[in-house]
Amino acid sequence: MSEKNVPILDKRSSRRTFIKNSGLTVGGVVLGGALGSLLGKDSEVAPQVQVQGQVQGQQHDQALEYFTNRADFQLLSQATERIFPEDENGPGAIGLGVPYYIDHQLAGKWGINAKDYRYGPFYDGERVQGYQSQLKYHQIYDLGIEAIEKHSQVTFDKRFIELEGEQQDEVLVALENDEVNIPGLKSSFFFEILRKSTIEGAYADPLYGGNKDMQGWKMKEYPGVQMSYSAEQVASKEFIKVQPASLHDTHS
Amino acid sequence: MVTKLPKTDVVTVGVGWTGGIIAAEAAKAGLKVVGLERGGNRGTENFSMKHDELRYAIRGELMQDLSRETLTFRNNSGQRGLPMRQYGSFMLGNGVGGAGTHWNGMTDRYNPYDFEIRSKTVERYGENKIADGLLIQDWGITYDEMEPYYTMFDKMAGISADETPLRGKRSEPFPNPALKHGPELDLFKETTKKMGLNPFTMPAANNSQPYQNPDGQHLAGCQMNGFCERFGCEYGAKASPNVTVIPTALKTGNFDLRPYSEVIEILHKDGKATGVIYVDTRTGEKFEQPADIVAITSYTFNNNRLLLNSKLGTAYNPKTQKGTIGKNYCYQIIVGTNGFFDDRKFNTAIGSGGLGATLDNFNGDNFDHTDLDFIHGGMITINQSGKRPIDNNQVPPGVPSWGKEFKQQSLKYYNRMINVHTYGAVMPNVNNYLDLDPTYKDIHGKPLVRMTFDFSETDRKRGEFLNNKTKEIMQEMGATHVSDNESLEHYDITKYQATHNTGGVIMGADPETSAVNSYLQMWEAENVFVVGGSAYAHQSGYNATHTLGALAYRASEGIINYSKKGGSLV
Repeated sequence: MSEKNVPILDKRSSRRTFIKNSGLTVGGVVLGGALGSLLGKDSEVAPQVQVQGQVQGQQHDQALEYFTNRADFQLLSQATERIFPEDENGPGAIGLGVPYYIDHQLAGKWGINAKDYRYGPFYDGERVQGYQSQLKYHQIYDLGIEAIEKHSQVTFDKRFIELEGEQQDEVLVALENDEVNIPGLKSSFFFEILRKSTIEGAYADPLYGGNKDMQGWKMKEYPGVQMSYSAEQVASKEFIKVQPASLHDTHS
Repeated sequence: MVTKLPKTDVVTVGVGWTGGIIAAEAAKAGLKVVGLERGGNRGTENFSMKHDELRYAIRGELMQDLSRETLTFRNNSGQRGLPMRQYGSFMLGNGVGGAGTHWNGMTDRYNPYDFEIRSKTVERYGENKIADGLLIQDWGITYDEMEPYYTMFDKMAGISADETPLRGKRSEPFPNPALKHGPELDLFKETTKKMGLNPFTMPAANNSQPYQNPDGQHLAGCQMNGFCERFGCEYGAKASPNVTVIPTALKTGNFDLRPYSEVIEILHKDGKATGVIYVDTRTGEKFEQPADIVAITSYTFNNNRLLLNSKLGTAYNPKTQKGTIGKNYCYQIIVGTNGFFDDRKFNTAIGSGGLGATLDNFNGDNFDHTDLDFIHGGMITINQSGKRPIDNNQVPPGVPSWGKEFKQQSLKYYNRMINVHTYGAVMPNVNNYLDLDPTYKDIHGKPLVRMTFDFSETDRKRGEFLNNKTKEIMQEMGATHVSDNESLEHYDITKYQATHNTGGVIMGADPETSAVNSYLQMWEAENVFVVGGSAYAHQSGYNATHTLGALAYRASEGIINYSKKGGSLV
C-alpha cells in the first residue's frame, strides 16, 4: 500500500476545526464547564503553537544525578545499547539518551519505589505474586551493574565495556537466564527491569531525558502529542505521516 | 479523639461512578448527601499535560498510592498471601471521580442470560451442566428490570453507538451516533460478517459529538487523540463522574463533597449503621459522620475490606461455604491474538478509549454449549483506542525481546500490528474469595484485604475456546503472522489484564447466598447499600462499568424509597 505524505498540519486551521468540534479551548489551556461554553464556536483566539520545538544548544540535562561513578554509567550505557542498538533505522539507546533517562529515573521517586507497598515481612513468593524484593530499584541497578562487571571479568577476563558486542550479548543472555549471581535477587529480574527501562527511555516524552529529538517516535512513525485528529484522518485508508510533537510543544 | 459531626441523610464512601450517581439522584430528590472521598479533587483543567504515557500509563499518576494501602494475593489457600507491591493486573483509582476518571469508556450492558444464569443454564442443559464447585446463581433481578437503569446511564453519559445485535432489547435509541472508525475495524467487520458473525461498533462513553445530558451537563465531542484509559480527558469529552453526576449533585446545594476523607470504619448497632469514621488524610484528624443511610460506593476491594474490618455482615467461610462477605470474587479472561500485516499499515495512534468493533456470537449463551465442557463465553473485540509506544513493542513469534532483530521488527510492525481479543467471563467457585490478610496492614494499621484467586478448569477451557476464535478471525483477516495463544495456567497479578475485579458483596434473592438484595440493600443492615462491581454474582464477558452504573441508579431509587418508609425494599 502506498503511503501518503501529509505535511505538518496547518496548526491554525486544525485548531479552528478542533475548537469548532469541542468548543472548549483557549491557547494551550483547556477549559471545562462554564468558562469553556462562553467561547463562541468559531473563536479565533488560539495562538500559533510551536511544532518543531527543537531548541539547539547545550543539553544541560545530560549530567548524572544518580550515578556517582562514571564507569557504572558507561557500563549501563553499553548494556542498553545492546538491548536497543543503533542501526539503519536510526539511533540506539545511547543516541536517544536512554542512559540519562535511567539515571534521572533512579534519582527520582521511581528509584526509591515511592508509590510501592514497602512494609514487611518480605518473603520470596510465586512468580505470579510479583515484586517481593526488599531492594529498591536504585539498589537493584547498583547490584546488577556490579554483577555484570564481575561476570564479565570472571568469564572473559575483561571489563564489560572492553568486550566485543557479541560477548556483551552473552553476558546479557546469562543475566536473562538467571546465570549471573546477584545478592538478593534473580538476575532475570534485573534484566527485565533493565529491558523495560531501556524501552521507556527510547519512547517516553523527551521531557524525561530520552527519546532525543523525538527520534524514537520518528523511527516508529508515532506522532507523539497530537491534540486532535479529524474525521478524515480517523477514516483514512492510507497511512498518514504526521510530524511528531512533544509535551514541550503544547506547553509553550 | 474523634470529632462528631452533625448527622446527614446519606453518606457515600467514595465518590466515583457509583457514589457520584447516588449523590446526584439523592440530592436531586432533596436528601442531604455527604460524599467522602479519600483522594483529592480534580477536573478537566488538570489534564492539559496528560499526553504523557510514562507518567500516567506506566507510573500510574492517577492511581491509588500503594505505599498507603494495597491488597495481598495468592492463587490458592495453601499459599501465603503476599502484598501486591506494585501495579500489574489492574489499576486502582483514587480521587474524586475514582476509576471513572481514567476508564476507557467501553459501555456494554450485560446479557439477559447473565442475570438469570443459573435458571437459564439448568433450563437448557440440566443441573449437570454446572461443574462441581461453581457458585453460579441468579442475580435476583432480570434484564428487563435492569433495562431502565441502563438507559438512564446511557443518557447521562451520552453513549455513542448504533446497534447492538444479540444483546438485550433497548427501550430507547442511543443518545449519540457511533464514533467514526478506521480501516482496521472495517476489516474486522467485513471478515467476521463473511464468517457468518454479527459485528458492530462498541457503545462508547467518548462522545461522538457535543452533547447535553438530561441533567444539563455539557460534554464535548471526542478529538480522537487516544490517551483515555489511565488518563483524564482534557476536553471533557469522555463521560466521567467529574463532568456529569458530580456537578449535577453539587448544583442542587444538597451535596457536600469532602475530598481527603478516608473512611476507615462503618459504625453499626443492632443491625443498622449509625454512620462512619473517617480520617482527614491531610491532618490525620478523625471524624464521625452520623448518617441515616450509608452507601458504600468504593471499588470492589475496598467495599469488601471496609465491611470485614467493620465486622458488618457475615464473612464467607470457604470451608463451610457459609457467610457471604468475600464470596464469589471473580475476574476476567483477557486473551487474544496479535496480527502482523506485512502489506498494510494502520494509523494506530488515532483512536478513542471506547472505540472498537465487537461481536457477541460467542458470549453468554448465544451459542450452543451442549458439546462444550464450560458455560458462558466472552465478547470478541478489536479496539481502536490509540496505541502508545512504550506499551506496544509486539513482534511476531520467534523474534527475541531485545537486540538488533527486536528493534527492527518492533519498529516495522508498530503500525502493522493489530489485536483481536476477548473479554471472557469467569465463573465463581468455592476456592476464590476475599478475606482479611492476617499479616499485612495499611497506613492506619488496618488489615489489608486478601485475594485468593485462580482460574478454574472451566475458565481455562472457555479461555482456550475464545483464544482459538480470536486466532481464527485474525487469520481470516489476512495477517501475515499471528501470535501464539496465551497461557491461562495460573492467574498472574503482574501482567495487566483488566480493571474488572468483581464480587464479594453479591446481590441476589436469598439472604443465605447473597449479601445485598436487588436494590443493593444489605440483608444484614437495612440502611446500608453496597454498590459497585462488588455486587456482581459472576463476571460476564463484557466490560464492567455499565452494569455498576445501572446498579447505582437502581440503588438510588432504593435509597430514596427507603428514606421515606424504611424497612426492607424487597
